Amino acid sequence: MRHLINITDFTPEEIVELLDLGDRMIADPAQWRSSQQGRILATLFFEPSTRTRLSFESAMQSLGGSTLGFATADSSSTTKGESLLDTISTVSCYSDIIAMRHPREGAPVAAALKSRVPVINAGDGGHNHPTQTLTDMMTIRRRKGVLDGLTIGVCGDLKFGRTVHSLLDAMSRCPGNRFVLISPPELRVPSYVTDMLQSRGSRYTEVESMEAAMAQLDVLYMTRVQRERFFNEADYVRLKDTYILTPEKLAGARDDLIVMHPLPRVNEIDTRVDDDPRAVYFEQVRNGRFVRMALIQKMLEDWA
Amino acid sequence: MNIDAIQRGIVLDHISAGRGMDIYRALHLDELSCSVAIIRNVKSPAMGKKDIIKIDEDIDIDLDVLGFLDPGITVNIIEDGVIVEKKHLALPHRLTGILQCRNPRCITVQEKSLQQIFLLKDAERHIYRCYYCDAEQK
Repeated sequence: MRHLINITDFTPEEIVELLDLGDRMIADPAQWRSSQQGRILATLFFEPSTRTRLSFESAMQSLGGSTLGFATADSSSTTKGESLLDTISTVSCYSDIIAMRHPREGAPVAAALKSRVPVINAGDGGHNHPTQTLTDMMTIRRRKGVLDGLTIGVCGDLKFGRTVHSLLDAMSRCPGNRFVLISPPELRVPSYVTDMLQSRGSRYTEVESMEAAMAQLDVLYMTRVQRERFFNEADYVRLKDTYILTPEKLAGARDDLIVMHPLPRVNEIDTRVDDDPRAVYFEQVRNGRFVRMALIQKMLEDWA
Repeated sequence: MNIDAIQRGIVLDHISAGRGMDIYRALHLDELSCSVAIIRNVKSPAMGKKDIIKIDEDIDIDLDVLGFLDPGITVNIIEDGVIVEKKHLALPHRLTGILQCRNPRCITVQEKSLQQIFLLKDAERHIYRCYYCDAEQK
């Protein structure tokens, strides 16, 4: 039985296969309308989510399956003191596949040890978010036509930004990609990420200025400084508006740049940027549903 | 106990100088009822100085703990006054129940029944990472 805990649980070839299936699903969604009829996806969200949870539910329903679960830990037996492992043992009796989000880092690894059905990590604290990465890769490939040879800027909270960690993990396996890591010193990527980049021989630079990096980028991946990851409110307040992307700052960017964001955003992208044809973050939302359809289909059929 | 020669037991040789007491505590040798000798700052051609621990009984040693603390140690098993086995240690690839994850956001902080597991990621720099959350520990 296979789980998706880290993006590297899939080979680069499997990811391409999955993205290909996602593209076919976009082209002809009706063809898959009944492919998971009778199957149940459990969405266990111990931490709030709009896009990820709804896109998983939409994906399963688009495949003809059904869903059950909870949207906050408050509405589960966690409030009575039930352990995560007991919750997983229980839910895996009621479902065919589990998508879970948890504020604790490594929670899906623990869940996979107990589960009788495949577990998909839908985000664990500030650690990983592999299905957002599949969404991001699908968006990059549909827009740029390739996944390699790109200069990718990631900007904002790179320390707790789980989407960034998974994206760097995935894109550093594609040849020729170069990374510009833009953050204040306090929010630099963790050492396990830079160790990973070094071990793969990936080229990367760590800088503080978004404006100085702009002209060289093929992809600019903005992230939110996440209030919920800080133990100290004062640190959050000090850092939250470090980077705000505006149309003026985009003036020096390439015409074929794409601006991405895993959403939700707070202030880090001015809403005036939304009308710029280079802004693709709402395309990411759309692609998220189809790539999760492809993921469920693959995990319950081809890779079961 | 004659610390020059024991009849049956274990000699931990090539301990980095000054680490003898750490090893003594980590292996809970204070809980043994047999004789245990810690010899510090012994002259060594290869190491300059080293510590040695002699245990006058054949006990089960946790080689993972030992390998993690000081992978250069040699474990000599003594029977009838002679070395019958020499074990050379290395950094263990997996540490179970030895280290505790220090990441306050790790799932092991909440789920107390989970075993603490660390995997060796960089032998040169002695870096282990939590199996669950990837937090680094040296």
